Amino acid sequence: MTTRRKALTSILAAAIAASSLLTGCHGSGVRKEFSVPEAFDTTREFNITFWAKNDTNINQTNIYNQAIEDFEALYPNINVSIKLYTDYNKIYNDVITNIATDTTPNVCITYPDHIATYISGENTVVPLDNLFTDERYGLGGSEVRFDSPGVDQIVPEFLDECMINGVHYCIPYMRSTEALYINKTYVEALGFEVPDIPTWDWIWEVSNAATEQNEDGTYVVNGQDVMIPFIYKSSDNMMITMLRQLGAGYSDEYGNIGLFNDTTTSLLYTIADEVSLGAFSTFTVSGYPGNFLNAGQCIFGVDSTAGSTWMGSDAPLSDIHESDVVDFETVVRPVPQFDPENPQMISQGPSVCVFNKEDPQEVLASWLFAQYLLTNEVQIAYAGTEGYVPVTTMAQASSEYQAYLNDPSQYSIKIAVTNMFLQNINNTFVTPVFNGSTSLRNAAAQLINSVVKSVRRREVVDDAYIENLYSEVTALYRLDQLSASRDTRAELGPLPVEAKLLLAALGVVWIGIGAYFSADLVKKRKKN
Amino acid sequence: MKTMKKVVSIAVVAAMALSVFACSADTAETTSEETQAAVDYEYMSYAEYEAAPLDSEVTVLCTVMATQSWWEDQITVYAQAFDGDGAYFIYNMACSEEDSEGVYEGATILVTGYKSEWEGEVEITDATFEFTDLAQENPMAPVDLTADFGNDEALIANQNRNFTMTGLTVEASGDNGEAFLYSWDGSGSQGDDLYFTVSNGETTMTFTVESYLTGADTDVYQTVEALNVGDTIDVAGFLYWYQGANPHITAVTVE
Repeated sequence: MTTRRKALTSILAAAIAASSLLTGCHGSGVRKEFSVPEAFDTTREFNITFWAKNDTNINQTNIYNQAIEDFEALYPNINVSIKLYTDYNKIYNDVITNIATDTTPNVCITYPDHIATYISGENTVVPLDNLFTDERYGLGGSEVRFDSPGVDQIVPEFLDECMINGVHYCIPYMRSTEALYINKTYVEALGFEVPDIPTWDWIWEVSNAATEQNEDGTYVVNGQDVMIPFIYKSSDNMMITMLRQLGAGYSDEYGNIGLFNDTTTSLLYTIADEVSLGAFSTFTVSGYPGNFLNAGQCIFGVDSTAGSTWMGSDAPLSDIHESDVVDFETVVRPVPQFDPENPQMISQGPSVCVFNKEDPQEVLASWLFAQYLLTNEVQIAYAGTEGYVPVTTMAQASSEYQAYLNDPSQYSIKIAVTNMFLQNINNTFVTPVFNGSTSLRNAAAQLINSVVKSVRRREVVDDAYIENLYSEVTALYRLDQLSASRDTRAELGPLPVEAKLLLAALGVVWIGIGAYFSADLVKKRKKN
Repeated sequence: MKTMKKVVSIAVVAAMALSVFACSADTAETTSEETQAAVDYEYMSYAEYEAAPLDSEVTVLCTVMATQSWWEDQITVYAQAFDGDGAYFIYNMACSEEDSEGVYEGATILVTGYKSEWEGEVEITDATFEFTDLAQENPMAPVDLTADFGNDEALIANQNRNFTMTGLTVEASGDNGEAFLYSWDGSGSQGDDLYFTVSNGETTMTFTVESYLTGADTDVYQTVEALNVGDTIDVAGFLYWYQGANPHITAVTVE
């Protein structure tokens, strides 16, 4: 059994830590901008650190270790030491702490959202565009000692996610999306059929039907004391995805926050209604969707495709006792949609950034290792540990990967979500990345979780409640300060009258000077 | 909804009264603070807490048995009911860094939060607290749960309690015969939670050394890192729950 709840503990901490990064950096010196050395020095030894994230999955750890071993065989003068994390927010927090003390890792698994904060320290993270195109050491470069993909062999949608303010600060490592894991047996027992693309209305309708109870308090559909028909793992993704599907505000690329809008309010009321009916809850409030799903206590679970090996009666990984697992047919679909004709789902997953150091040769060694993570060997092996998709077309098109997708010995749900994602890459989206986007994401999650908790605690969710919630969440995540700083940068406002008068006076002086010299010149010409 | 129980600590009142006379220069200020510490506290008895429905607001008086590391204005507390008849797990209680200095083993605090359940763990969440000057006269002795080893139906009666189990045998935890794992499947590294499997000869349980409670520099962490398969051990810990008994072990003695 695991205690995977640990991720929760650092969400708020990371958000708050983000806001302290700028102040933490004030005292440190500014590092020189990295430029690619003409040649990699193979006569020197380099020790680089790699902070990696796994999904508490030993297979992923083993793949990292194998990748390091294989890379070191190719580059005997580079030693890679790995530090393992199971939580993105913990990495984020540690990186922020280490930026302040100038002890960042060399290579780090991260989210672009987080990099947007890291780069608020000048020259902290290496911009990769020049490295991408370097003829010798770039992607597919002539001096690279392994089969490296060209820049055009990285899935463009995934590469675009690594761009902040027009600069690539990371390379994608793995990509996943969210999937709707469905207990088809129960859906059909309730008299419904699973559509190809479920809508939110359909989800709520089936979920409401599943709340029917017998006289003894057990639920009709499963005969158990517990039934939460719909559980969403990532509350932030839920809010973000719903807003995106409805074309409502969330944020823009300049960091202007649009989260607190009428659509959000309407969605929160819907969620409140569904919670009051006993139809919906979240991971934060109740637990893992997979645990409830596998115990027959949940009909719809939304979780990452990278969590697929935990989902379903036959899931290879499970946190619940074998005796509690219920036998049912599992099917997967895209997350619920408002417009099934134009499905939209989030793209997520780890990326890799390279931190700047005093020694450009050390940075180049780091880049070579980061690039190694894009080889087919690493990409295909790691993608196979979960419902991830390789980020290179080179890996996706390879015979090894195609064989994997058609391998009947693989867990069928994992392959099903992978195929669902591959078919929907063009329907994915990402949220704008800026310094503070992590806080905004956490705020989005808190809106849903607060409403869920409040309804369960029999508090009244009305306009006054929502207004207060928006105010509290804004203060907690310092979103007002974020907006204020953005506003300052984007729009300084009209000039004060005094400034206008000064500028006008300067103009008059310059005109006067010009007139004087012109008149003087005319006089001289006349004399000549 | 809830019937509040009142406590007046006569000993504390007496001590305060004596200290008023004993103090000299700061008498006026001290009297004010100490008088406040002697007021009645309204709280639920452990039985009332047990009877309270999930998601209801609860106020409990409890004495800290241990804490997980303070983390950005939050602290997780293992506590015994002040009256000594049960234990609480208080998850991510709001607490400033300065206040966390006062949340130590033996401190008695008044906690208000919501009774919640997460993956089978019944706990207090979204809690706030206030300090008291009440002294815990009867710290709760660990309950011996050796006889209930591996029996969740019996163990759940003591959820969150401090406990001991004795005469257990260390079993292999991983595919490679390890005596313990970093993270539940060995995917972690030093500093992460430790997981190890023990048996009583009939059944097995998985124990956890929770790194936020007892980190890599603690005796229990290092003792578990030094375990060998086949060792006979006694353990002490807190009976945390995650889809079944998932004890957080705080002491291991190799026989």
